[in-house]
Amino acid sequence: MKFEYTITTQNFTTAGEASSNTKKTLKLLGIDSKIIRRAAIMAYEAEMNIAIHSRGGKIQLEIEAHRITIVAEDQGPGIADIDLAMKEGYSTASHEIREMGFGAGMGLPNMKRCADSFDISSTPGGKTRVVMTLNL
Amino acid sequence: MADYFHSVILIEEKCTGCTVCMQNCPTQAIRVVDGKAQITPEKCIDCGICIRVCPYGAKTAVTDTMRDLEAYDIKAAMPSMSFYSQFSQHYSKTKINNALKTLGFDEVIDQSYHAEVLAYHLGNLSEDPQQVKPMISTYCPAITRLIQIKNPELIKNIIPIETPMEVAARLYKEAMAERNPGASVGIFYISQCPAKITSIKKPIGLGRSSLDGALSTKNLYPLLMQILSHREDYSQELTAAYLGENWAILGGQSLTSEIEAAIKVDDIDEVAKILDMAELGKLSGLKFIETYACVGGCVGGPLNVENPFIARYRVESRTRSLSPIDIDEIENNFDFGKLLWDLEIEPIDILGLDKDLSVALEKMDRIDKLLGELPGIDCGACGCPSCRALAEDIVQKKARLSDCVFQKLQGGPKNATL
Repeated sequence: MKFEYTITTQNFTTAGEASSNTKKTLKLLGIDSKIIRRAAIMAYEAEMNIAIHSRGGKIQLEIEAHRITIVAEDQGPGIADIDLAMKEGYSTASHEIREMGFGAGMGLPNMKRCADSFDISSTPGGKTRVVMTLNL
Repeated sequence: MADYFHSVILIEEKCTGCTVCMQNCPTQAIRVVDGKAQITPEKCIDCGICIRVCPYGAKTAVTDTMRDLEAYDIKAAMPSMSFYSQFSQHYSKTKINNALKTLGFDEVIDQSYHAEVLAYHLGNLSEDPQQVKPMISTYCPAITRLIQIKNPELIKNIIPIETPMEVAARLYKEAMAERNPGASVGIFYISQCPAKITSIKKPIGLGRSSLDGALSTKNLYPLLMQILSHREDYSQELTAAYLGENWAILGGQSLTSEIEAAIKVDDIDEVAKILDMAELGKLSGLKFIETYACVGGCVGGPLNVENPFIARYRVESRTRSLSPIDIDEIENNFDFGKLLWDLEIEPIDILGLDKDLSVALEKMDRIDKLLGELPGIDCGACGCPSCRALAEDIVQKKARLSDCVFQKLQGGPKNATL
């Protein structure tokens, strides 16, 4: 079963919907609340990253009997140094974004911490794709 | 599993099946079936929003009656924290208490003192590194139940301190047992909301409540006003007042516990959003989340009579010049270990689509297909609060696609297999 959520860049009114829908769906499926929490954090950080840093993108939620997969994919501009981006506290968010309480540099590390498997690929100037899974 | 008690009930004769309560229920616990607004027991949190919004007065709270006092030798009233704010400042606390005694109570228990004692411990807990932050209190029982249902991962954030009403009732009974051995003591809460009534009849975190019953402020108010307006009270007795009375209003718990890193949230929909943020770990800098299901705090309770903003003004006026209880008095008289609730708070499992994940996934798939058949305007005419809720009910065999008026207009379901 697959769900897809479109994320518009710089739109903080709708950002958070992918996460709250993920939570509702998993709750309805009777998934354990600890796993729901981890999935909700992964989806939330991913959609915030897309809204803050990218030109827009989408989040896919796939639920199978043994696993949950969340794929976040955006339209660029890509990450120059992935190792640096994965460091806690490192952020390229603008001053304005930080004023709004976002961009603390914890997004990617948080996603990695919650996921059972985490894979990120990006080409500078191109797309970024994050694939995360949770075992059921 | 049929182990639910709810104080909120439907008065069938008054219900017109208008769907207002269904559309406003924060947990989507109401369905209009055969023209009557039925409450789904496992989803109801007794917040009383439906009592407030029903245009026909068809939703109410089950309470005890004055006659129930007769079962006890000593009859005590415990007014809600917001009780005195329901009366004009013209009537002093002493006068109001005397009116309660005229009505049939022997004594009036003031829980605002205990609120202040608990506030001191709440403040201490906020400095304790062992305590999970941000802390959430059980003071608003509707929010505790909301967490049990929707945010079970936040149960560990709920502080283990009992509510002022339980502490006050238990200590009163202990004192009475010494003073009047053998006498039966009945404590009746005068309630501002159905959630408090439910927490007396079926407590969370406690095996049994120390209170014996509950009456509603709304029902007692006219009787008390009759007494107050027809009798001059020459009593010179001065009734003590405590800063703890601020627990009736939004911000009162944070104020009295002197916790600065606190966020104060009222209105159950806003509380739900804040709890979701807390669950995402987004409020980690905060020590305390003070929450109330009702706008303004307990002054906004559905069984109160006064406008919550006027009531708030009165609480602030009454408490402005008060000084806090002496810390030594609290330290010497109250053992922290005896102010804690004794049972674990468990999550309430609202059943998902199915216990078997593969069956649940199949049902989810059917819900998705059904949503394509439904108009998506959430009109409520089918008796469900949204098209999605109808789709879920259809899959769970609690409703049919033909319940949708748009389907009826089109001459029945397009896809007979659904």
